[in-house]
Parts: sequence; structure tokens; C-alpha cells
Amino acid sequence: MTIQFNEETFRDDYSFRNSDWAIKRFPFPFHEDSYMYSVNMEQHRGGPEGSVYEKRFDVDEHYVSEMRDRAIVLAEDPLRCQSLPHMTLAGWDTLELIMVSKSEDYPDLFELHRDGDRWRWINKPMGIDHTFTFLDETTLPCGPLEYITRQAQGDFAVLDQRNDMLYMDAGMITTQADWSLDFDIGMDFFEWHAPVPLAHEMGIFKRALKFLLNIQQGAPARRLNWTMTVNPLLDTSPENYHKWGVQKSTLTPENIGSKQHLRVELQTFYRLPRSNALLFPIRCYLIAFQDIVTIPKWGRRLHRVIRDLPEELATYKGFIDNRPKMLDYLSQYDDGLPTSPGVWPDLDTEPPLQK
Amino acid sequence: MSAAPQKAKAGAEKIEVEVSAIVPLNDLVTRFEFTRRDGQPFPPFSAGAHTVVEMNDDGRTRLNPYSLMSDPADPSKYAISVRRDDEGRGGSLFMHQKVKVGDPMTISYPVNLFPLDLRGRKHVFLAGGIGITPFMAMIAHLERMGGAWELHYACRSEALGTYADELTSRHPNKVHVYYDDKKQAIALEDLLDGQPLGTHVYVCGPQGMIQWVHKTAAAHGWPDENVHSEEFLAPQPGKPFEVRLCKSDITIQVGEHESLLEAIERCGVEAPFLCRGGACGQCETDVVEADGEFIHRDHWLDDDEHASGKKIMPCVSRFVGKTLVLDR
Repeated sequence: MTIQFNEETFRDDYSFRNSDWAIKRFPFPFHEDSYMYSVNMEQHRGGPEGSVYEKRFDVDEHYVSEMRDRAIVLAEDPLRCQSLPHMTLAGWDTLELIMVSKSEDYPDLFELHRDGDRWRWINKPMGIDHTFTFLDETTLPCGPLEYITRQAQGDFAVLDQRNDMLYMDAGMITTQADWSLDFDIGMDFFEWHAPVPLAHEMGIFKRALKFLLNIQQGAPARRLNWTMTVNPLLDTSPENYHKWGVQKSTLTPENIGSKQHLRVELQTFYRLPRSNALLFPIRCYLIAFQDIVTIPKWGRRLHRVIRDLPEELATYKGFIDNRPKMLDYLSQYDDGLPTSPGVWPDLDTEPPLQK
Repeated sequence: MSAAPQKAKAGAEKIEVEVSAIVPLNDLVTRFEFTRRDGQPFPPFSAGAHTVVEMNDDGRTRLNPYSLMSDPADPSKYAISVRRDDEGRGGSLFMHQKVKVGDPMTISYPVNLFPLDLRGRKHVFLAGGIGITPFMAMIAHLERMGGAWELHYACRSEALGTYADELTSRHPNKVHVYYDDKKQAIALEDLLDGQPLGTHVYVCGPQGMIQWVHKTAAAHGWPDENVHSEEFLAPQPGKPFEVRLCKSDITIQVGEHESLLEAIERCGVEAPFLCRGGACGQCETDVVEADGEFIHRDHWLDDDEHASGKKIMPCVSRFVGKTLVLDR
């Protein structure tokens, strides 16, 4: 399929839009009518055709605009991309993984021609045609991690593994749900997760770490996480909280359907072959409430999940103050009918809204 | 995403290979080289990684881990070097006696439990005997990346100094070989004494050597995290015993020459594993009930866990007694 890339912004006039195609393939994160933390991992080996799970690195209609937004963030704050000195090899691993995956999964958009260490990379949507020497940094305009992640949607944390622990030692983080690479750089797994409520007591992180340490080459994994964002902002960083935090107070009953977005992260985990580091891509998908409720099952379910979510989680995810407004809006789309299990829209089998 | 939680998969991903060369190196050690049957390049691997080789020995499946010792930058082949163990359970004898060039075999994707610490300013390798193998890949890697290293390699005799000549001639100033039969020994204390800050030490060899290095380094004030080791244990034979697997609802017998993990697999129960040598932790299993004595042999559980009787690593550990019930 040829993708039509949107001309759109994630700031100022917020012209970001999801097409019908993008709405139907949105990674809705709730498989039942309630939500609680779980490690919820599964293998990342494809998925239904056309879904965001199908390819190793999903490319969609927002690609070109997202990369433009990343460039703006980096121009204002170069510390959003960092790599400690021992992580350069992991950067090359990341570059190789993304180039090989994209050229195989999207041959009409990306090409990789390798002649020994002499590599030619063609990125048609971004108009790039570059020949370089693999493992020779002097042949790239910037480090390998920065080079390739300026051309790949989503954030990328690169975790060094040593002494049975993971360390946040490199990353490209410009589309984050309120955490900072510059703050977390060098931290271990428990340190950077310290702010998360409830999960520590539940033993979630101990189990998650054990799982992640054992992710093996050739067997990537994935999970979903979610939060809420007012306006389609990719960059909801602590560094810029003064710019976007205040926007949370602009919701009204009239604008909530278009302004309030569900923000879903498709998190994947790859063991990198040369460095033995763990690559943690965090791909952000945004959808406006008014688009979610066009899928009757999702409208019903989102209302129930938000209504019944424990207060600590609504606070941590930053929407406790707006929850009453969200529920007023979403309750219009919940007729009390049961929902089918699983995350898929089930448009052919789920009844339309009965009110 | 599916709603169902996922079971840990048993073992790493597999690669179908063909034996492309068998190179006897001395009386005890032979190198086996593999190419891929699908003609694709091998995945790159990180130095220190091992592969688990599947052997079909007259209908009995053996799975043994071996360090990858080929150059990680060469995707055309993987190589392992196998020391013949006449007293062992038969995996190395199978490799030495039954495997022929051209045979199809199955090996696992690389798994690394002994990686280089890439922060290291310098890497000091201490090898004993067949423990040289992971360092072959590490040396190739560091040579390519321009990293600082030195090797101290203890062997029984010149005749059994696997790769000693090759290493010495290639890297005369970095390789130091010590022969037992000439009463040469690694002067470990002196060696640790003169190292620059940021040096990491890696040891691979017999258990006694590993303990000696850890103890000596600790006594000289080295931080634990700068001293790395790898030792694969081979499961040891023992008295047969009976185990109840309560989730699978079957009772199985573990024979004298098979491990508990192998017995579980033989009975058709899928159990997670990776290294099969007591190091990786994947096969950790909860004990539901036990009346008897555990023979813990793994490096994974700590002393308290061993003493608790609540967990067992079925790849290398055994049990003697009346009743053992596992959550599997």
C-alpha cells in the first residue's frame, strides 16, 4: 500500500488529523472494560495485516510530519538525544536494525544496499540518499543513533545491560509522556521507574526487569501503555511543561471531543546483536476522543475504563482534574451494552450506539 | 494485543545449519564450523555469546551450550570448539565421534551471558583450558574496534594449548601463555596490581580458577562489577528420583544420566530454558512440596534461596528423597 503522508503540525495550530484508515488501525489499549497495570508482554512477530503490529517499525501517514516535529525539538534542545560513550556500538546496532527492517518491510519507501561495510541508504519519503561506512562515525553527519532516529517515528531508549541490570545510557526522546532523558541518563531500571505509583508494591518492576533481561536476539517483545494528552502534542516533556501543562485547563464541553486525545505507546523490545544492549522503541499514537467514539465498542469501553480507574493512576497519568469533563463527554457514547473481548474494533459485529 | 498472558518460550530461536568443517586442534579439542542451510548470513553476535547445539543421538536429544568463538564480524559462519569429555554424559563424545561434515544440525540464536562491559578502558582476559573460546570472539571484536586488551592463558601443556600458537603469533605482546607441565602459573596478584582505572577482568575456566580470581580480586579491592566470569555446568549424573509435575498432572522418573529438565522435556512438558548450564535463570521452577534433600548445583539462586527449598533449577540440580512436587 502506498501511504499518503499528511501535512500537519503537532504544535501551534495543531493541524494533526487521523484519516479513517488511521482511526481503524489505532492501537486501542484496553482489552476489557477495566484497566490495571500488568507486564502484558507478548512477542513482537507481526500481527494482523494493516495493523500497527504488522511491521517491526510501523510507518504511517504521520511519518514525515513527525520527523519534522522531532527536528524542531532537537534544534531547541539538543540534549533530547544523548549517548554515553560506551553506547556507540548500540547506536550502530539500532541503525542496522531499523534500516534492514524498513527496507525489507517497506521496499517502496526505503532501500538499503550493502557492499561489505559500504552502505547506501535511501529514504524516499524524506528525500535522503546517503552512502556511508558502517561502524565509521566520520561518514555520518551525526552519531548513528541520532542519524537513524531522526528518520524513525517514536522515541528510542537504548539500555545497557550489565550486572543483571538495565541502564538508561542512550536515547532519542522527543515524544515522551512527561519524562526526561537528560534527567534519567545513566539511571538504572528501578531508579527511572521510581515515580510510578502502585506498581512497585505490586512487584511489577521486579518481574518486568527479569523479563527484559532475558529478551533474546531474534525474539523481540511488545506491550502497550497509555495516557491522556490535551491537544495533539508529541512533545509533552518535563522541559516544556510550562508550555503544555497549562493547556490541560483549556477543556470545555464544546471542545473536549476534538482537543482531548488518548495517547497510546506501542513499546517494543529488541536485543541488539553486537552490543548486547536492549533497544526500547516507544511509539506514540494519538487519537481525538471524537474519533475514538466513531468505533462504538471503543466509545463504550473507554467510558467504563476512565470511570473506574483508581485515583492514583488518574493522578499519575495527569488527568484527575479533567476526569469529570471526560466522563460527561464519554458517557454519551456508553449505552450500557456489553462489549466483545479483545482490543479490535469489531465494527461488523458490535451494535451501533443505542441512544 | 492478545489479552492472554504469554508463557515463556522454551529456548532461544533456532537456526538450521550444516556442518561445513571439522578441524581437530589437538588430542582433546576439535573446532566445528557451521553454515546456514537457507544460505542467509548469520545474525551478528556479541562477543561472549554462546549457542545451544541440538544433537540427535540415536533418538535422544542432547542440548549443549558452547561459546561462539568465530569472529563476530564474519556473518558467513559460526564456529565452536568442543573439548572431548570422556567422563561426561556424552554430548562432547557425540560431537567428536558421530558428527560429520555435511550433517544438518540445529543451533540456537546467540545468547550472551558473558558480555564485554563496553565501558571498560581495558579488558584483561584470564582463560583456563577450553575456557579460551569466548575470548577468541572478544579478541576479534576488540581488535576491530581498537579496544585495549591482554590475555593470560593457562593450559596443561604445549600439546593441549588450543589456539595458543595462533594467538601468540598474531598478538605477541598481548598474549601470555602458561603451561602447567612447565610449572608456569598466572601471577594474578601482580597482574591485578598494575592495571589502570576502568580495567575489567574476565575469567573463563574451571570452577577453582574462577573462584580464585574473584577472591583474589576482591582481596585487592577490585569492585565485583569489574570482575566477570562464565562457567557452564554440565549436569551431573545422580541417583534416579521421582517428581510430580502438578500443573501438568503427571509423575515422571528422572534417570541416572539425565537432568531433571531433560526428563521433564522427555515426558512432553514444555519448560522454559536458555543456557542449560545453571547460569541464565530461565528454567527456575517453584517447589510446591518436598520431603528430601536438594542437590543444588546452579549459579543462579543465592544461598538463601537454595536453603529455602522453594526453588530449583532443573537444568543442573537434582533431588534425593521421598517426595518432590514442582509447579510445572
